[in-house]
Amino acid sequence: MAFNVYICGVGGQGIGVLAAALSTAAEAAGHEVRGCDTHGLAQRHGSVSSHLRLGGDALTPRVPEGQADIVLALERLEGLRGALYALKPGGTLLYYDTVYQPVTVRTGLRAYPSAEKVEAQVAELGGKTARVSVEGISDPRMQNAALLGRLAALGLAPGFTRETLRSALADTLGGRALEANLAVFDKAAG
Amino acid sequence: MISLKELMTRRDAFTGLTMGNYALARAMAEAGLKVATSYPGSPTPEIGAALLGAPEEERPYYFEFSTNEKVALEKAAGASLNGHLSACFFKSVGLNVAADSLIQLSMMELIGGMVVILGDDPGANSSQNEQDNRHFARMSYIPMLEPATPREARGMFLEAAAVSRRLRMPVFLRLTTHVCHARERVDFGPLPDGAAGWEPGFDPKNGPYVPVAATVFPLKEKALRKQDEFGRLMDVSAMNRLFPAASGPARLGIVSAGLPALCAVEAVAAAGAPADVLKLACTWPLPSEKLADFLASHEEVFVLEDLDRVLETEIKALAFDRGLKCRVHSRKERSDLMGEMTPPRAAAMLASAWPEHFKAPPPRPAAEEPAARLPQLCPGCGHRSAFHAVKRALPPGAITVADIGCHSMGFMPPYEMGTVLLSMGHSVSTGAGLALGNSSRKVVSFLGDSTFFHAAMPGIVNAVVQDSDITLVLLENGTTAMTGHQPRAGTGEIGDKIPLPRLLEAMGVKFLRDVEAYKQAELAAALKEAMDHKGFAVVIARHPCMLKFMREAKARNPGLKPSRVAVDQAKCARHYTCVAEFACPSFVKHDAGSVTVHPELCIGDGSCVQTCPAAAIVREKGGEGK
Ligand code: SF4
Ligand code: SF4
Repeated sequence: MAFNVYICGVGGQGIGVLAAALSTAAEAAGHEVRGCDTHGLAQRHGSVSSHLRLGGDALTPRVPEGQADIVLALERLEGLRGALYALKPGGTLLYYDTVYQPVTVRTGLRAYPSAEKVEAQVAELGGKTARVSVEGISDPRMQNAALLGRLAALGLAPGFTRETLRSALADTLGGRALEANLAVFDKAAG
Repeated sequence: MISLKELMTRRDAFTGLTMGNYALARAMAEAGLKVATSYPGSPTPEIGAALLGAPEEERPYYFEFSTNEKVALEKAAGASLNGHLSACFFKSVGLNVAADSLIQLSMMELIGGMVVILGDDPGANSSQNEQDNRHFARMSYIPMLEPATPREARGMFLEAAAVSRRLRMPVFLRLTTHVCHARERVDFGPLPDGAAGWEPGFDPKNGPYVPVAATVFPLKEKALRKQDEFGRLMDVSAMNRLFPAASGPARLGIVSAGLPALCAVEAVAAAGAPADVLKLACTWPLPSEKLADFLASHEEVFVLEDLDRVLETEIKALAFDRGLKCRVHSRKERSDLMGEMTPPRAAAMLASAWPEHFKAPPPRPAAEEPAARLPQLCPGCGHRSAFHAVKRALPPGAITVADIGCHSMGFMPPYEMGTVLLSMGHSVSTGAGLALGNSSRKVVSFLGDSTFFHAAMPGIVNAVVQDSDITLVLLENGTTAMTGHQPRAGTGEIGDKIPLPRLLEAMGVKFLRDVEAYKQAELAAALKEAMDHKGFAVVIARHPCMLKFMREAKARNPGLKPSRVAVDQAKCARHYTCVAEFACPSFVKHDAGSVTVHPELCIGDGSCVQTCPAAAIVREKGGEGK
């Protein structure tokens, strides 16, 4: 069976970095990798997702509905949305705990979910929830590094170890603010 | 990760984890392609990004983003008429724009070969419809190959280019969104030694190239003959793939193509079902002998496809013509004709015919829907400022017409600006039609500047000539923003500047105002004047795309910390104009009722400052934003 990771967030948060680092780490761990980014309106603050499937029996690039082993989200509401769509019973939602209000929330039409609410709704699906946030991050894009660090610490996926993820992150960033990112990674990994 | 420059210029063979669009661009270089053209549109613009990834002097090919898809297709055709292998690529609906010339292509002796690459969009992920361009192949007598993966995109491009050049005919390569954007490891070949030259080989004797009454029939006969020849090649092509049932010889079969075929293979494997899958590489013309064999050797066959009943109709006709006893199943529900195939959807469709082997997956447990997050205009976007001003200046009952581009998002709350939309460049003429015989409701049309050059100019000339009583708000942001900031014509990035006001004057526009979009009072005044003007009036609302502007500023100065605005809590009277009407995504409304500015989103442009009735939005000190 393929191992499926569904990555999501808000357009502009840079989920491409997560997807790229995870792909590199997965290949380094010996998995055959297939995946897919959603492009299009990425910069316009809508929901965005990226898909990663490990293992040779995954022929199609998108994680099918309800078949994600891990949902990895860069924002709380998107974490909930991603889990409701993709998470399979027994799977884990790991999200970076930050809040971007959509228009419907800002204009009072809808409520923004609390962390407890997210956990409860995910539990109803038979899933587990983990969240991470790191104090004093200078650039919101480093939230990617925090998520990868915690993913490594949780040991949720075959081959996603501290070493493979850390070097995949370094490879993906190719020097851009590398030290600060690795510091965030280590802090989140605990 | 391999850089785009390396992808396009590395001479030896290599392997890399790559998305479909990039694999296609490399395939172009491997094929020795000389000319590529495009108009940007999702899901294809990354092909262009890769082609541009090699420094210009190292490119063995010529590439341009043209003013529209028809221009792109004609330019690629012209190059092929001269003997140069060419390709053009664009999104699904782009083919409508190119259709007038496309439809003639199969009658042309394209001595260099030419591949027309389509990014179709089942699921309407980023398009105004999910039109099925497989119909165009039939109408234009142009064969169509359909890759399902980045690897296949490379392989089928190479094949399409080779056959196209040999038979001197155009060939379609139809990708869909999640083939363009799929990622996998692809084995690339070396680049050819010694690029082909640029000798112009056009010779009218290769034609005739002018289809008129006397020549149409021989030309059409030639097109049909080549189409048949292509079909014979495809009948024996190794690109068609059979995925035999794991359980041994099967009485059930599935015929499919592209990504839906792989969905079928996954569904069969997951169900452990005794069914063979025949994945067709070429969906026009169909490999009829191969299909007839498959039908004859299975008792029941399911035709699985996305969108319209294209393969189904052909395959049923084939079974009928050949008198085959095979029972042909197909999708049953109207909803099956909408959206994109996934393995669970494939299982559900197959279950409708073979419930003993397939099960529709159980529905997701009912859950409270989380708050929707629709795309929005970026913080600081000039369109927001323009919408805010225009909305306040409009009289009751006014009709606003949208066009394609970032500003299309204005139709959503809270702006609700631009509430009807057909296609690229339609807004002037649709608006002119709405104004006919209408003296009671003002008509205001919006248009972006890339779209202006793409398809709106004939409509503008018509509005001038007929003096249509509408106001055109031309939102000039200096780029093709929606698809990722490809340069548009006339900005001076490529070629000379074409100043819009001068162009509009030359086209005969008599009422013209040119206003900075952040100056909302001035813009509102100009709009009122324009609406009072009897006849066609144009107001340019000008502001650079701020996403592009900020990206470029950060690239120049990586440490750039944009300045910000803040809400002065002592002054804030809780009007919520900033949150609910101007609606920059940077404003955060807290449960207690206060409003603050999100430090990660605000770019400090200050276009919101003027909108607060209590003057509570203030610029923070420091920073170096615009
Ligand atoms: S990309 Fe540019 S034009 Fe489009 S919404 Fe963002 S700022 Fe506005
Ligand atoms: S200054 Fe900040 S809050 Fe105001 S419009 Fe610009 S980005 Fe939005």
